[in-house]
Amino acid sequence: MKISEVPQDNIKTLSGLKKAVYAIDNEGCYTKTTTGGWEAEEVVLSQVISDFDEKAEETASRIRINETSPIEYFMYKNWMDAPTLAQAMGLYRWQVKRHFKPSVFRKLDDRTLAGYAALFRISVDALKNFPKEEKWRN
Amino acid sequence: MAELKPLEHRHYAHCESGVVTALLRRHGLDLSEPMVFGITGGLTFAYIPFIKITNMPLISYRMLPGSIIRGAVKNLDVQFRTRKYREKEEALAELTTLVDRGEIVGLQTSVYWLPYFPPEMRFQFNAHNLIVYGREGDEFLISDPVFEHPVRIKADDLQNARFAKGTLAPKGFIYYPVRVNPSIDLREAIEKSIKRTVRMMLYAPVPFIGVKGIHYMGRQIERLKIREDPRYVRLFLGHIVRMQEEIGTGGGGFRFIYAAFLQEAGRLMGSAGLGEASEMMTEAGDMWRRFASACARACKSRTGDFDAAEIAQLAQKCAKQEKQVYSYLNSLKL
Repeated sequence: MKISEVPQDNIKTLSGLKKAVYAIDNEGCYTKTTTGGWEAEEVVLSQVISDFDEKAEETASRIRINETSPIEYFMYKNWMDAPTLAQAMGLYRWQVKRHFKPSVFRKLDDRTLAGYAALFRISVDALKNFPKEEKWRN
Repeated sequence: MAELKPLEHRHYAHCESGVVTALLRRHGLDLSEPMVFGITGGLTFAYIPFIKITNMPLISYRMLPGSIIRGAVKNLDVQFRTRKYREKEEALAELTTLVDRGEIVGLQTSVYWLPYFPPEMRFQFNAHNLIVYGREGDEFLISDPVFEHPVRIKADDLQNARFAKGTLAPKGFIYYPVRVNPSIDLREAIEKSIKRTVRMMLYAPVPFIGVKGIHYMGRQIERLKIREDPRYVRLFLGHIVRMQEEIGTGGGGFRFIYAAFLQEAGRLMGSAGLGEASEMMTEAGDMWRRFASACARACKSRTGDFDAAEIAQLAQKCAKQEKQVYSYLNSLKL
């Protein structure tokens, strides 16, 4: 990759950040230079984020018909799946899956709820009181 | 021990090689980041189908986190003091003491908990390395190698980042050199490390590592169309590109940084062959970028009108090119 070929697509997933890369200058020497990001990176990152967002939206409607708990919603909102969430909480996967059950979720003790809320970077209240109306925004 | 140099923040392509490069320079061993990356044997390729990350196989273009630190110990005769903690409070207390007496230390952290990262980057990734070089009140001064400028972080956030749970949990991992040999013979270290990388890339005993691993990934891509699950296919191809191009790879899945290492090593040792190998490795990096480009196009296509076999072929080309580089390196008398 020559310096002139270093992508400068100023992608929004980098929020204006520049990354350092090594590329070849006119004399054929490797030099450190910067990139504003490459469109290809943005495509694949946006894709995985919108996949999580879709799952979160699906989950939101399932919370309202009492099929799952807000824990599943915030899991997707923070770009995790069940195994990742279990690991990040230091729990077994079956425990997390159990916490998805609305009946189990309602009886969760404060410590566990606080643990989830801290991981999701929200308050315990926001975790417990998932809004009923559709137009809810995180 | 030689006198310590003050830390000067520099922008690096990869976090672990960046931190180690900066720490070594402070202790009188002034190497470039590609030199550190190459000499510690940072390059690899691994496609491990039975280790899943968010339901996708583990794909890595570089060695496991921590291997650059271990490589510096082994190949550069550096002695680090390292420590993991059971108690969060103890970790914070020790960090504070160290930093207040002027020590500059490396930490392993989770990007999920680093507020200064762009929001879209804050996934559960527990092996991000950064440098702490000072403290002002309850804020630590951070030299994060993948950022252009120094940043600051609140002690609480740093605690969360150091004690995130999950895969590769940092457990407060802290490290800093206690003995560095500024007059180490680089030639010997370069020769040894190139041999090691070449051996792994050509002759790994499992089909998931090295050139065989790239072929293996190619075959997996070729098979994709059979699944007839366009959503999965797109996410899978996206996953490969993310591993190859996200922050810290220097583009081309670390191939350019390795090419830079080969070029510098060639000059140092007066070996035209290494220069030649560097050019071949650059070509491999460019091929990886063409492959990533094709994957991204496939991800973008909502209709699914892309040919998995074509993309697979681009991966196979990368494998062939890399095989040539390593075979050539293997034939060189250094």
